[in-house]
Parts: sequence; C-alpha cells; structure tokens
Amino acid sequence: MSSSKGKNVTPAQQKYQMLQKKHELKRPVVKNCFRAFLVGGFICLIGQGLHVFYYTFFDFTQRTAGDPTVATLIFISVLLTGFGVYDRIAQFAGGGTAVPVTGFANSVASAAIEHRTEGYVLGVGGNIFKLAGSVIVFGTVAAFVIALIKTILIQWGGL
Amino acid sequence: MLQGHQTWEFENKPVILSTGTVGGPFEAGGKLADDFDLLHDDLWLGQDSYEKAQKVLVEESVSRAIEKAQLRNEDIQFMFAGDLINQITPSSFAGRTLAIPYFGLFGACSTSMEGLALASFIINAKGAERIIAAASSHNAATEKQFRYPTEYGGQKPPTAQWTVTASGAALVSTVGNGPVVTSATIGKVIDMGLSDPFNMGGAMAPAAADTIVSHFRDRDLPADYYDLVATGDLGKVGLPIAKELIEEKGLKLPEDTFQDCGLMIYREGQPVLAGGSGAGCSASVTYGHLLNRMKKGELKRILIVATGALLSPMSFQQKETIPCIAHAVSFEAGGGLQ
Repeated sequence: MSSSKGKNVTPAQQKYQMLQKKHELKRPVVKNCFRAFLVGGFICLIGQGLHVFYYTFFDFTQRTAGDPTVATLIFISVLLTGFGVYDRIAQFAGGGTAVPVTGFANSVASAAIEHRTEGYVLGVGGNIFKLAGSVIVFGTVAAFVIALIKTILIQWGGL
Repeated sequence: MLQGHQTWEFENKPVILSTGTVGGPFEAGGKLADDFDLLHDDLWLGQDSYEKAQKVLVEESVSRAIEKAQLRNEDIQFMFAGDLINQITPSSFAGRTLAIPYFGLFGACSTSMEGLALASFIINAKGAERIIAAASSHNAATEKQFRYPTEYGGQKPPTAQWTVTASGAALVSTVGNGPVVTSATIGKVIDMGLSDPFNMGGAMAPAAADTIVSHFRDRDLPADYYDLVATGDLGKVGLPIAKELIEEKGLKLPEDTFQDCGLMIYREGQPVLAGGSGAGCSASVTYGHLLNRMKKGELKRILIVATGALLSPMSFQQKETIPCIAHAVSFEAGGGLQ
C-alpha cells in the first residue's frame, strides 16, 4: 500500500512503489469474504439457537431473550480469548469474528489481558477500552446526532 | 579501515570467539531448532511480563557466549545490545545484571549487525580485547508495543511478518579461533514512501539493496564473492524486490546465494505469513545456524545484511512513511577453524 495521496512523492519513490506493488502478496479478498460470511453466519446461528433456547425453556419473551443471548455470546468470546483461541479463529475468519458482538468482547478482553502486567488500575483499567474505546465514542456521538435529528423532525417537522 | 564511501575493512581480523543463541517455543518448533543453544517451552520464560522474559533472553544469550569461551563477565570490556521495546529496556536491564560496560543501540531489526559492526571496529582498532554484541526480540512484547494486544482477533494480511522470540550474542575478540569479521558497510536511512506496517519487507527492500550494492562497490568485489548473502529480514515480499533492485544496478548474485534469515528459521506450515522478523531473528540465525554451517565448512564467506524499519507506533498513526536502514557485515571462515 502506498501513501502517495497528497504527499510529495519523488519519481524514484513512485517507480519503486510500482515495483513493490508487483511483488506485494495480495489479500485474498474473495476467499476472506467467503470465510467471513461462513463464520459470521455460524456465530449468528448460535445466537439464534440461544435466543430460541432462552424463550422456550426460561421465563423470557421473544423480545427480552436478546439480553441473555448477547451475554452468553460475550461470555464464550471472552473465554476463548482467555484461552488464546479467538485470535487464531479470527486470522481465519477476519470480519466474520470481528463484526459480531463477539469481536467487541474480544477487543476488550484482549486489551485487559495484555496490560495486566502494568497493574489493575493503570494497566487493565487504563487500557481495557484501548481498542473498543473509539467504537463507544463514535457510537455515542452517532446516536446523539440521530436522536437530535429525530427530535427536531418530530417536534417541529410535524412528523 | 575506511574503504570507499561507507565501508570498514578490518585488517586485524576480529574473531568471533563464541556465540550464544536462545529461542522461544515457536522457534523450537522451527527448522533451525538444533542450532539454538537454549530453547524455552514457555513464552513467559517463567517471568511475570513479556518484557522481563525478553530481558532473560538477552542475559542468557550473553552468558552462554561467555561460558562457551570459558571466560567470565569481567573479561569482557564492552557490550553492545539493542531490541525493539520502548527505551530498549530489555537490553539495558540485562546490562544491569551482567555488569559489563554497556552501549545501548536502536536500529530496529538492523541492531544485530549494527552492534557487531561497531564491536568489530573497536576490536580492530585495539580499543578493547573482547566485546559482546547482542540483539533480541520477543514476539508478544513486540506485538504489544507496535500492533494490537496478542489475543486480539485482527486478521493480518499475507505481507505481515512474525516477530521472532530469540536473542543472539556474539563474543568478538582480538585473538582466538573462529570465524572472522572482515568488513562492515553502514547503510543510509532510505524511505521509498511506503507506510503499511504490515508490509515491512516491501518497505525495507530498497535499504537492503542500497547497502548491498554499496558494499560490493566499496570493496570492489565480484558478484560471486560470497557463498551466501543473507538479509534479515525481508521475508517473502521483500527478498524478490531486493533481488530485482540490485540486478537493476548491475549486480547479479549467483542463483541461491541470496537468501533471507526470516525465511530460514521456520518450517513450512508454521503460520508466519511472509516470514520471520525482529532483531533476534537475524542475530540468532546468523550466530547459530549460519556460523555453525561455516564451522562445518559448508560456507566460506558470507554477508549478513540486517534491515530495520525505523518506525514507531506513533509515527505510523501520524501518517508518516516508514524510513528503513540496512547494515551489512561480512564473515569469513579462517583465522584457524575450530
């Protein structure tokens, strides 16, 4: 990948970047998409199974069974992260394990494990949202903006 | 002494009296396991952090080299060491334990040959009788420093390289038996505008090519002078690029004599993507495997070109490109084979 956009690139650099591109091992995009689809889909299938399980055998409705389902998936993901298996599955699955809630749980748990050696307060506490933090920040910002638009449309737009 | 623009020739032939190489569990499963002096089956090395584990790697490799030469720490005048961790603490903390007058170096993965070049220069100039040069890297400590947490499930592209958990140390001396260091070429920092930290091989290849071409030019050598020119570590992506670049400059190395340390250390099937990397890779492969082959008589003259990507996690986030460097050191069998 080159970074020629908006920067001063000398002709020698440009020539080299062309040569480099020729040798660069390409990401197997189609294969990666296929694997992500399979693994991601499989995680959703497990989620659906858990969902049905919770409202069939426990005191949940179809609406409320979502909470224990997500909690169970997070628990499994954190457990697999702790055992050092999740990152290996992820190297195979790519987006398939990163996009579902399990990926978010993995990013939090892996950061916590990584910085345990720097203590609980500055290490675990200070770094646990190192990767997940930006998801939370921009998720909240996006939610705020959308809520604002909705409020304006309902209050003054007469919708 | 100075030869051409950027090369030192060592006419007093500094000798590599002994070496020490220590590796981790992943290296124990690799192709060169037999060439390590010591292998650990635990990535933590019994320590409570990966950084401490790397410090132990340095200590053990240096101690092994000194023991093998039947010397004591007091017999060594200086130690050159470096690694990839912030403020090179593993090397400095090992210096604290070993109590040898110490120079800390940072040249990313080129540190191995940077240290050896400086050590050989001082020995050649009679500035010391014995010097230790060491370089190390630890997979998990380096991942933590430069990339994501080790257990984070991010998919790496096929151009990414696997940081080796290993340390290599060489004891350079004015007298003794063993392979000799004949010359060293110090490289320029070269930046071809690449910025992907998951493609170090592609970024470092021009630096390696420049140093190799300069070395042959400064010493006025024929292309078939060396039995082996080994880079450390360009991997699957960088090696063919470097080959093409030096051929463009009119230097055609004989077939199969241009190889890469990062492609030697692991077995086919180990999940290392484009190959091994890290300061400990070129150090342990050279001081272990390649010098062993030299002692067996399979190789007579070799050139090791250690390449370093001089980036930091912050420079990458600030959208800087990756400046790279390469240092070359040549070894010759002789000075009395053991």
